[in-house]
Amino acid sequence: MTLDHHLLGISPQLWDIGVIVIKIAVVVGAVMGHVAYATYFERKVIARMQMRMGPMEVGPYGILQPIADGIKSFFKEDIIPTNADKPIFFMAPIISLMAALTTLAVVPFFDGFVVSNVNVGLLFILAMSSLGAYGLILAGWASNSKYAFLGALRSSAQVISYEVPLGLSLVGVMIMAGSMNLTDIVHAQQKFPGGIYLVPQLIGFFVFVVSAMAETNRTPFDLPEAETELIAGVFVEYSGMRYALFFMAEYTSMIIMSSIAVLCFLGGWTLPAFVLKVLPFLGYVPGLVWFALKLYACIFFYYWIRATLPRYRYDQLMAIGWKVLIPLSLANIVLTGFISVWMP
Amino acid sequence: MVPLNWYIWLSAILFCTGMFGFITRRNLIIMLLSVEIMFNGVNVSLAAFSHYLQDAAGQVLVFIVIAVAAAEAAIGLALVILLFRHHETIMIDEINEMKG
Amino acid sequence: MIEKAFFLYFAFAAVAVSIITVTRRNVMHAVLCMLLLFFHLAGLYLLLNAEFLAAVQIIIYAGAIMVLFLFVIMLLNLREDVKKVQYGRLWFVGVIVVCGILLAMAGAYVFMVPGQRSDWTIGRIVAETHTAAIGQVLYTRYMFPFEVVSLILLVAVIGAIVLAKRQLK
Repeated sequence: MTLDHHLLGISPQLWDIGVIVIKIAVVVGAVMGHVAYATYFERKVIARMQMRMGPMEVGPYGILQPIADGIKSFFKEDIIPTNADKPIFFMAPIISLMAALTTLAVVPFFDGFVVSNVNVGLLFILAMSSLGAYGLILAGWASNSKYAFLGALRSSAQVISYEVPLGLSLVGVMIMAGSMNLTDIVHAQQKFPGGIYLVPQLIGFFVFVVSAMAETNRTPFDLPEAETELIAGVFVEYSGMRYALFFMAEYTSMIIMSSIAVLCFLGGWTLPAFVLKVLPFLGYVPGLVWFALKLYACIFFYYWIRATLPRYRYDQLMAIGWKVLIPLSLANIVLTGFISVWMP
Repeated sequence: MVPLNWYIWLSAILFCTGMFGFITRRNLIIMLLSVEIMFNGVNVSLAAFSHYLQDAAGQVLVFIVIAVAAAEAAIGLALVILLFRHHETIMIDEINEMKG
Repeated sequence: MIEKAFFLYFAFAAVAVSIITVTRRNVMHAVLCMLLLFFHLAGLYLLLNAEFLAAVQIIIYAGAIMVLFLFVIMLLNLREDVKKVQYGRLWFVGVIVVCGILLAMAGAYVFMVPGQRSDWTIGRIVAETHTAAIGQVLYTRYMFPFEVVSLILLVAVIGAIVLAKRQLK
C-alpha cells in the first residue's frame, strides 16, 4: 500500500481488496511451489541418509521429478468404492487442503507482509489445524473399508490428544509476548534481550515440536496412515488427484507448523540484537531470507526425524501425549507465569 | 448496524429447533446434538446482549456455557457407549427394561 | 447494509443447517451439518466484534466436541439403526410444545426491557483487544463461577473415565 491509490483513480476499498487478492495469489503460489519441491528434497535427503541416490531420472539430478509426479497423479484413473458415502468421500480431501491453506492467511512472512493481520492469529491457526483432522476422519469413514476405518479411529484419538499439548505449549509464548498476534509476537522477541524465545521457552519448544509432528502425521507418529500395518490407512481407497490433494495438505500443514515454530520460538524474520552487534552487515539481508532459512531448517529437521526414528506403537503414542507432554506443558505455563509476574 | 431483535429471533428459533429435535427424535446421539443446538441458541442471545448493552459479562457467560457443554458432551457420550454395550442400540424406545 | 446482508446469510444458513441436523437419518451427516452450524455462528460472533469468542467456538465445538461425537459414532457400529423408526410415537406433541415455547418467547419479547448499558464500548474493547477485555472481566468479577466451571470439568473427566471403563480392577 505504498503506492498512492488516488494516482490511479481507484476507490480505496477496491484498492484494498485488490492488494489482498494479489497477496493471496502470491502466498498460495509460493507455498504450492514449496510443497512440490518439499517432496523432492524429502526424497533426496532421506536417500542421502540411507546411502542412496534418490530420484535421478527426470531432468538433471531428478530436479523435474515433482512436475512429473503432478502430471502423473492428474491423469490417473479416479477410483471410487461402490459402497462409499460419496458426498463425504469427495469432500474429505478438499476439507483437508482448505483447512491447511486457510491458515496461511494469518502467517506473516516478513515485516508487514501478511494477508490478514488478526489479533487472535495463533488461536486461528490452532482452530484450523484441528479442522484438518476432519479430512482424515471423514476420509476413513466414507471409504467404507476396514483399514481406512482403523486409520480414521486412530486419527481422531490422536488429534484429540495432541491438540491439547500443541495449544498449551504456545501459552508460554503468549504470556511472554502478551499477544496472540503473530506479528506482535515477533516484535516482542526483538525487544527481548535474548532475541529469540527458544532459550526461555525450551520446554515449550520441545513439546511444540513433538506435538506438531503428531498433528501433521509425520513419521514417528504417522499411525493413521502407517504403510506397513494399515497399508496407508485412511488413504487406502483414494487414488489419483484426490490422493494428491491429501498429500499437498500434509506438506502444507508441515510448512505451517514449521513457520509457527519459526515465528514463535526462533524470532521470525529478525535476527537477535547481539548477533547484529557483532556482524552488523547481516542487517542488510531482507527479512524474508532469514525466515526462509529458518523454515528450511525446520523442514529438514522433519526429514531427519523421519529417516532416524521408527514408528511408535499406538499405546506409546497415547502415553507420550497424556503422561509426558501435557504435564510438561502445564509445568512450563506455571513456570513462565511465575517468572513473568515476579521478574517483569 | 443489525438490530438487536434480529439476534433474539435467531436465538429463539435455534433454541426451538434444538428442542424439537430433543423431544421428537429417538436417536440418543441426535438428541445430544439437539441439546448442543439449544446451547448455541442461548449463546447467540448472550453474545448479542453483551454487544448491545456494552457489557462483557454476557460473553463471559458464553464461555461458561461452552465449558459446561463440553462436560455435558463428554458425560453424555460416555453414557451412550455404556448403553450401547448393554443393549446394542442407541434408539431409546428399545431401551425399556424398566417397563413393567 | 453489508453487515445486514452478512447477518441474514449467517442467520438463514444457521437455521437451515440446524433443521437439517435434527431431521437427518444418518448420524454422521447430522454431525457434519452441526459443524457447518458452528462455523456460521462463529461468523455471527465476528459480526458482534467478539473475535476471541469466534476462535473459541471453532476450537472447542468444532475441534474437540464434534471430534468426540465422530469418535463415538465410529466406535459404535450404527449402520442398522439408520433403518429404524426415527421419531417417537408422540412426535406431534413435540411440535405443539415447541410452537408453544416459541409463542411464549415472542410474548416475553414484547415485554422485554433492555438493561443498563455498561462501560465496555466497542472502542474500548478494540483498544484493549477483545481477548484482554474478556480476561479482565472473567478473572475479576467472575472468578468464582470460573472456579466452579473448572470443578465441573474435573467431575466430567473423572465421570467419563469411570463410566466408559470396562471394569475397575
